Amino acid sequence: MAGFKQVTSPAVLLTVNDIDTDQIIPARFLTTTTKVGLGQKLFNDWRVDPGFVLNQPAARNAKILVAGHNFGCGSSREHAPWALLDFGFRAVVATSFADIFTNNALKNGLLPVTLPPEPHARLVEQARSGEPITIDLERLMVILPRRDELLFVVDAFARRCLLDGVDELGYILSFHDRIAAYEARQ
Amino acid sequence: MTQTLFDKVWQRHVVHQEPDCPAILFIDLHLIHEVTSPQAFTGLSTRGLKVRRPDRTVATMDHSTPTSKLAVVDAQAQKQLDTLVTNCKAHGVRLYELGNERQGIVHVIGPELGLTQPGMTIVCGDSHTATHGAFGSLAFGIGTSEVEHVLATQCLLQKKAKSLEVRFEGRAGKGVTAKDLILALCAKIGVGGATGHVIEYRGDAVRALSMEGRMTVCNMSIEAGARAGMVAPDDTTFAYLADKEFAPKGRAFDEAVTSWRALATDDGALFDRSVSVDVSALEPMITFGTNPGMGMPITAPVPDPEALVGSERAALEKALAYMALKPGKPLLGQKVDVVFIGSCTNSRLSDLRQAASVMADRKVAQGVRTLVVPGSAAVKKAAEAEGLDRIFRDAGAEWRDAGCSMCIGMNGDQVGPGQYAVSTSNRNFEGRQGPGSRTFLASPLTAAAAAVTGVVTDVRTLMGS
Repeated sequence: MAGFKQVTSPAVLLTVNDIDTDQIIPARFLTTTTKVGLGQKLFNDWRVDPGFVLNQPAARNAKILVAGHNFGCGSSREHAPWALLDFGFRAVVATSFADIFTNNALKNGLLPVTLPPEPHARLVEQARSGEPITIDLERLMVILPRRDELLFVVDAFARRCLLDGVDELGYILSFHDRIAAYEARQ
Repeated sequence: MTQTLFDKVWQRHVVHQEPDCPAILFIDLHLIHEVTSPQAFTGLSTRGLKVRRPDRTVATMDHSTPTSKLAVVDAQAQKQLDTLVTNCKAHGVRLYELGNERQGIVHVIGPELGLTQPGMTIVCGDSHTATHGAFGSLAFGIGTSEVEHVLATQCLLQKKAKSLEVRFEGRAGKGVTAKDLILALCAKIGVGGATGHVIEYRGDAVRALSMEGRMTVCNMSIEAGARAGMVAPDDTTFAYLADKEFAPKGRAFDEAVTSWRALATDDGALFDRSVSVDVSALEPMITFGTNPGMGMPITAPVPDPEALVGSERAALEKALAYMALKPGKPLLGQKVDVVFIGSCTNSRLSDLRQAASVMADRKVAQGVRTLVVPGSAAVKKAAEAEGLDRIFRDAGAEWRDAGCSMCIGMNGDQVGPGQYAVSTSNRNFEGRQGPGSRTFLASPLTAAAAAVTGVVTDVRTLMGS
C-alpha cells in the first residue's frame, strides 16, 4: 500500500453533498478483475458535461479533491478509491465521509480529511485561486494559501499505518496464535 | 453491566485488541461474489497465502449474471465470473454458480439456506450485507482489501461503531410495508443520518414484521449511512430457521435457541442515540430525488427547493433537475416507463406475493416494461409452485432468473436514458439503473400498482377493503 506523509497541490472543488460511489465509478465499470486504469472512468457520467470540473486542464495534475458532506456514500466498492488514486488524487477533503469509503480509502493510501463546516468553507474560498494547499498527515494540518492552518483528526492506528507503512494484513497475521486460540474455543 | 444486542455480539467476537488499535474481530461467515473478490484473491496469491477458513466462506454469482437465457453481457463480465470459479476451486470455497439450485443474490441465499444465524458476525464485499442483521447477527459490508484480510485470517480490524436505537411503533395501515418503514426512516434522518452507527430496530412494529420484512428493513440500513442494522432474534426468527438447510437440527437447534434468546438487548441498556417513527401515521412511501433519503408519502407534493437554503437547496435543485420534476406538484399520476420488482431488498417470496396480489387479473399498462426478478433460484421455484409466475406473465410482465439485475444494471438489464422507473430496489442514485435512468424507490405493492396503471399510483386505491 502507498504510504502518506504530505501532499501539496491545487485543489479541485466539487462541493456537492452526498456524492455516492455510483457517481465516483458507475457500476457498469466494475467487471474488471484488476485495480488499474479506473481513473479513466472516474465520475464517468458527470464528465459527459465538458464544463465539469474534472474536464478542466487544472484538474489533470491536481492531487486534492474537495467535496461537500457525506462523500462516498452508497456501495462498498473499493473501485471508488482505486479510481480516485488512478486519476491522480491523494486526498479528499469533505465535511464528512461515509464509513466504508473511509476504510477503503485509508487502506489504499488515499487520505480522507474531515473538516468542520467553517474551516471547510475557508479552504474552499482560498483554494478557488488555484494556489496550492498542503495536507500534512504528520502534523494533522491543512495549510491554506494564505498560511491559515486547519487541524483535522485521523484515526490513530490508520495514521500510523500510513506514516510508518504498517501493513494491516501483516498486523493481523502477527496475531496468528491468538486467532488459532479463539478458533479452538469455538 | 447491561448490554445491547450489538454489544453482546461484538464482545463475543473480539479475538484481541491492543491499546489504541482497532479490535481484531473474528468473522463467522464470509460471503463472496464475483465483483468485489478477484483483486482480493490476487492479493492472497501475491503473498502466497491460502483461504484460512474455506468452511466459513461461501460464494455465489449474482451481480453481473444474466436473468434471461441470454449470454453474459460481455467478455469482461464473463472473465470475472470465470475468475470466481477458478479462485473458488483453487481455495476449496463452496460456490453456487449460475444454474445451481442454491444460486441467487448473496443476501437472499444466506438466510434462506440457514447460513445466516443469530449472534454471528457476517461480512461480504457488498454494502447491503446489513440484510443479515435481521437475524440478530452483526453483518456489514466491506471493501476488497478487507475481503482479502478475511480470506487470509478470518478476521477484520474494526473500531466499534456507536449504537442507534430506531423504534418503529404502532400498527401499519393499509398498503404500508417494511419497505415503507425503512424509506420513512431514510427520509427522516437523511442519507448520512446514521453514519458511524450500528442500528438496532426495536418496537412493536418490528416485532410484527416477518423475517422477510425485517430483512427489507435491515437491508437499507446503509442507505441511512449505518454500518449495520440488527433485530433481536425472537420466535419469528426461530420458526424461520427451524427447517433451513444449514441451521442446527434437533437438540442442537433447541440449545441454539436458548443461547440466541439471550442475545436480546438487556432492559436499561443504553444507546448512543435514539430515533422513533410512528408507523401508524405512515402512508406508502416513494422517493422523488437522487438518494434514498429523498423520500416522501406517496400523496405528498415534490418538495420545493425555495424552502431550503445553502447546500441543501443546491442538492435538491440538482436532484429535481436530474429527475425532471417540478416542485410543489404531486408524483401521483407521473408517467412510468419501467417497473422493476427484485433486488436484495425486495425479491423474496413474500415480496413477489405482494406484487402478484396487485397484478392478479390486471394487465401491465401499455408502454410499461415490467421485470420481475426473483432473488434466488429457490425463490423462483417456490413462486412457480404457487403460480405467481403465471400471474406475472399473464399480466404482461417479464419473469426472469435470479440475480441483482436492474438494481445495479451490470448485467445488461437497464433503465434507458431519461426513462422513469418505479423500482423495489435500494438506490435511486443518478444513473444507478443505467446511464440517465430516473428511479422512484417504492415497495412491491406500489411498484405493481405503477405497472398496471402506467403512472405513479397510491396502491391503496387498488386494494380491497
